[in-house]
Amino acid sequence: MNDLLREYLPIVVFLALAVGLGLAFILAAVFLAPSRPDAEKLSAYECGFNAFDDARMKFDVRFYLVAILFIIFDLEAAFLFPWAASFGFIGSFGFWSMMVFLAVLTIGFVYEWRKGALEWE
Amino acid sequence: MALQAVAFYLFALVAVVAALLVVFARNPVHSVLWLILTFFSAAGLFVLMGAEFLAMLLVIVYVGAVMVLFLFVVMMLDVDFAALRGRVAEYFPLGALIGVILLVQFVMGFGAWSEGVAQRAAAATPTPADLPNAHAIGMVLYTQYVYAFQAAGLVLLVAMIGAIALTLRHREGIKRQDPLAQIHRTREEAMELVDAKPGEGLQETRS
Repeated sequence: MNDLLREYLPIVVFLALAVGLGLAFILAAVFLAPSRPDAEKLSAYECGFNAFDDARMKFDVRFYLVAILFIIFDLEAAFLFPWAASFGFIGSFGFWSMMVFLAVLTIGFVYEWRKGALEWE
Repeated sequence: MALQAVAFYLFALVAVVAALLVVFARNPVHSVLWLILTFFSAAGLFVLMGAEFLAMLLVIVYVGAVMVLFLFVVMMLDVDFAALRGRVAEYFPLGALIGVILLVQFVMGFGAWSEGVAQRAAAATPTPADLPNAHAIGMVLYTQYVYAFQAAGLVLLVAMIGAIALTLRHREGIKRQDPLAQIHRTREEAMELVDAKPGEGLQETRS
């Protein structure tokens, strides 16, 4: 069990580096940068304007459709991974069971292609 | 062993605190970000249990895809969350009921788990000790549990078709890309050369 955890040590090191570096940049900006704010400096001027509306508005449902279809194919790829890992051991039955799975999802893919769900108008 | 315990308590603490902040954060976008942290901690707990494949799946599918969709919905949807928040008292009985049901299920699940320690060793598919996690799943998922696997495929198909049937509306009068027709345009049908005389229009030739 500890061998398994030892394999994750590089990830922990990376994580610690990422957090440390991120904190260092933020803190350096807070403590080292000169900061003398006044009203004109802080106001929105030439390069921008005050926000006059909420970001939440009527939104095309098509964006969600693309995201949902992405999740579905993401899950399909997740099923492929253990199959590839044990490919040499599960024989032709395992191979064909995955082929049927892929065929079912290909039916869905053809359906969505023919319906034009992948087209942007 | 001590290292493992420290890692467990760290992940568990982060998961619980982040889950509480999901509920108590004022800003719904912050709630979603805390939920992502909760999923990461849960992935860490999975790794500690030796379920590496599930941990990576949690990161890829939930953090990578589902939470992006959540964030998308929360940031973009035309819902006034402040107004929803004002009606907490109205929803409280239903929420409490669901919470109690969940708690009972947890207790029952834990009871069944602690009762069945002996039986688990004789399970239909004991976890092989010497195989990597994804490999061990692949050994049984596509052969022994083929019906569950195919059912998962059908569920995905239904989800795909359902999402399309619910949301796809083709609007009229909008120009769409038609690559075949666009590539097959010839110079003859796309343009013509007209010798325009000075002072005269092109009304006759341009329809």
